[in-house]
Amino acid sequence: MMGFLRGSGGMRRWPLALATIAAMALTAAAYTGAPADDIPSNSLIQPQELAQALKSGQKPVVLYTGPQAFYAQAHIPGAENIGPVSKPQGMDKLRARAATLPKDAPVVIYCGCCPWDHCPNIRPAFAELKKLGFSKVRVLYLATSLGADWKDKGFPVASGE
Amino acid sequence: MAIHFQKLRQPASLVLTMIVALLATFFVTDHRWRMHYSGTRAAPALPSAPDLSFADVNGIAVRTADYKGKVVLVNFWAAWCVPCADEIPQFIALQKKYQAQGLQVVGISVEDDPGELRDFCRLHQVNYPVVPSDLRIADAFGGVLGLPTTFVIGRDSRIHGKHEGATDFATLEKEVVALLHALQS
Repeated sequence: MMGFLRGSGGMRRWPLALATIAAMALTAAAYTGAPADDIPSNSLIQPQELAQALKSGQKPVVLYTGPQAFYAQAHIPGAENIGPVSKPQGMDKLRARAATLPKDAPVVIYCGCCPWDHCPNIRPAFAELKKLGFSKVRVLYLATSLGADWKDKGFPVASGE
Repeated sequence: MAIHFQKLRQPASLVLTMIVALLATFFVTDHRWRMHYSGTRAAPALPSAPDLSFADVNGIAVRTADYKGKVVLVNFWAAWCVPCADEIPQFIALQKKYQAQGLQVVGISVEDDPGELRDFCRLHQVNYPVVPSDLRIADAFGGVLGLPTTFVIGRDSRIHGKHEGATDFATLEKEVVALLHALQS
């Protein structure tokens, strides 16, 4: 690197090197807030947007696909408790609920049990609903957890089974 | 030629100085934010840690009152939660390193199969109590809505910090060391 900069015409390369570093930094910053995985970005919904939608007259069907213990403590008001979809019982319950919904129904699924990149439930739930033909399924993007990204930010919660 | 280089060096130096200044600002701000978030600064009214009793994964009774005067890390986790399971060796290392100085780690497992949890603890040679969670424990800590979550309790039995999401162990260790020394001096 230093040789590259010191070599013939090296000083002329400083702006290029700095521009490259700046571009790398900007790219890294952009990726920090954008999950890079198998759920397309246009299938994500941010907490603020969902909170607004829940206030409106056209509420989506909201399905919780995580551990029971968290649902009992706090969940998004109106969310249905499907349970952890990574387990067979949870997947069966998701399929059973999906069978009662029209394929064009707006559906939002969420989990928030673990940091986003490692959630064991949300990807299987999304994949299953897409496989079943749901065209308006979206996934609530919770980077850290329901606690950190929803409750602690002042969005409404309900508790109980 | 020398003049030509000098002209070019000055703007380059200026840009470099600006980058260094920006990075310094970022690190100072980030450090302050972390200190605030972790709650290790003196706070006017730190919440008291709950007094609980439960049985660990091997059926052995655990009472938090028995840890009075120690620094306690209460780690809510699950073997099915990949980032949580990945952190366990680091909690084992902390327990080993600071046990003699008064650190006690307690793992609270959320919705793990009891048999799988026992196998996990045996396989990883977990050197601290691991308790299958129930709602009572999470409620006692004011609710836990995501894993991993770790509470840092001081020798004064007060909750000094809470880490949500992937744990920054460098920060956590600093907090532990500070609390271990807090009432010893």
